[in-house]
Amino acid sequence: MREQERLAGVAPRVAVDAVFDSVSVATTYKKTLEEKGIIFCSLSDAVHEHPDLIKKYLGSVVGAEDNFFAALNAAVFTDGSFVYIPKGVRCPMELSTYFRINAQHTGQFERTLIVAEEDSYVSYLEGCTAPKYDDNQLHAAVVELVALDRAEIKYATVQNWYPGDEQGRGGIYNFVTKRGLCKGAHSKISWTQVETGSAITWKYPSCILEGDASSGAFYSVAITGHHQQADTGTKMIHLGKNTRSTIISKGISTGFAQNTYRGLVHVAPSAQGAYNKTQCDSLLVGNLCGAHTFPKIVSRNASACVEHEATTSKISEDQLFYCRQRGLSTEEAMALIVNGFCREVMQEMPMEFAVEAQKLIGISLEGSVG
Amino acid sequence: MLKIENLCAEIDGKKIIKNLSLSLPAGEVHAIMGPNGAGKSTLSYVLAGRDGYKVTGGSVMLEGEDLLALAPEERAAAGVFLAFQYPLEIPGVTNMSFLKTALNSLRRACGQDELDAMQALKILKGKAKELGMDADMLKRPVNAGFSGGEKKRNEVLQMSVLEPRLCLLDETDSGLDIDALRIVADGVNALRGAQRSMLIITHYQRLLDYIKPDCVHVLADGRIERSGGPELALELEEKGYGKLSGKKSA
Repeated sequence: MREQERLAGVAPRVAVDAVFDSVSVATTYKKTLEEKGIIFCSLSDAVHEHPDLIKKYLGSVVGAEDNFFAALNAAVFTDGSFVYIPKGVRCPMELSTYFRINAQHTGQFERTLIVAEEDSYVSYLEGCTAPKYDDNQLHAAVVELVALDRAEIKYATVQNWYPGDEQGRGGIYNFVTKRGLCKGAHSKISWTQVETGSAITWKYPSCILEGDASSGAFYSVAITGHHQQADTGTKMIHLGKNTRSTIISKGISTGFAQNTYRGLVHVAPSAQGAYNKTQCDSLLVGNLCGAHTFPKIVSRNASACVEHEATTSKISEDQLFYCRQRGLSTEEAMALIVNGFCREVMQEMPMEFAVEAQKLIGISLEGSVG
Repeated sequence: MLKIENLCAEIDGKKIIKNLSLSLPAGEVHAIMGPNGAGKSTLSYVLAGRDGYKVTGGSVMLEGEDLLALAPEERAAAGVFLAFQYPLEIPGVTNMSFLKTALNSLRRACGQDELDAMQALKILKGKAKELGMDADMLKRPVNAGFSGGEKKRNEVLQMSVLEPRLCLLDETDSGLDIDALRIVADGVNALRGAQRSMLIITHYQRLLDYIKPDCVHVLADGRIERSGGPELALELEEKGYGKLSGKKSA
């Protein structure tokens, strides 16, 4: 709970729903939000109190038949968070769900559903931690976002699940399905993630750009160390006219870790004037880690414009020496250089969490330089 | 301030510095001149503690402290500053946050309180103004996209902010046009002081028209071949290094 308190401490205007072992234990600021007509509660409460909304939207973006882990989740999920922003309402505070796996030999299978009605806005942050166990644990969550006309949803994740020990024993398997549907015209969905934890991550927060002139964004920092594997990226499915998507992915590998960007930009025949810009940068620390990029682009409309840029670089001894000559320790220098590398993504994080995320990057890099 | 005695150093088994001795009193500015490959840059890296340079003999004392026993960041904390011949780029990190981090690291090492963002900004802006530099430079990423002249000015700004006791300037004049050279030299001159010593490494006498040294040393084949007053630099310019060291200049 300390991490959550820390997060809550720096941003007192954050409403939190805490989910332990897939059970929602507490939701704060409920009253303030209710005055605006905003619903923020556990999914189990929502089933009882708002059955119409749940029936209409739950499983509408990620169906039970979607993939193996989504099916598992649909079969066994017990709880999660539900957010509903009514028409024309700008949510006055950050909403946050805090997930924690406490029990051993277990999995977490929560679901999150966010619905933003016409002309509404919400910014949501998800944080994750789990204590250390030698056995592997499974986190197979599903997140569904629905944005109607001119609505905007910003979804940020700080994922710090236990990554396993130095030899790669234990740690969380993080197999999560996250998808947003830009249903309405001019709607916007952005995914921002800072991934430092988990033994293995398979995660591709995606946007279906159905409404005309809707836009999707994916900003990601993934740091892997020791024997961690992160395979992450996004899918941008352009269906509506003049839809836009932006992808910025920053992967950092240290130790023996493998870091993969896997993405799809799909432009359907209907997506006249679609535009995508993708930038994938990888940073390697040491000689034993790997960075991989698998971008897939399918364009079925001749008027679409799709750009892809990629770089791979290493932190040079010269850069480290330069920083140390100015008085920084090797670890401070590493954290500074890596944070600089991630800057474009950090700028997309809510202010208070960007500070935490920067510290988390520093912590993740500890011991990564021999 | 700085006392180098019989220093020997090698890189990859190749002897570069051979029994070099040099004494630099507090408040003085000494120039080291010499042909390519004489070991000038190696000397500055050995003094700053860069990896890969192996000291095989001799000693380097900074006000009685054994410099060779310290890690690079400890030497920085002891007051050693190296203005790089080729300053490194750190994309995405603003000058401001780089200098704040550096300043606070040094303050921490000296047992002083760290500065918060506002305090640091005030100091940085003040220093930039003193040097006649645009405060916008603080918002730009460290050396990324800087011209050669801007990089060297940025080194001078860093030097001014970190207030070192011993400044090593490694070919600060290389790659600068006359105007940029004058601006950088003015910055360096502004930092001269009774408690600060400077070692200026250069190929050409040109820089010494702007920064007047107290003493000029000629470094050739890993050792100091000759020392003298500022007039020695002029003599070198006229005759070349070959005459002095008895070898062909590069």
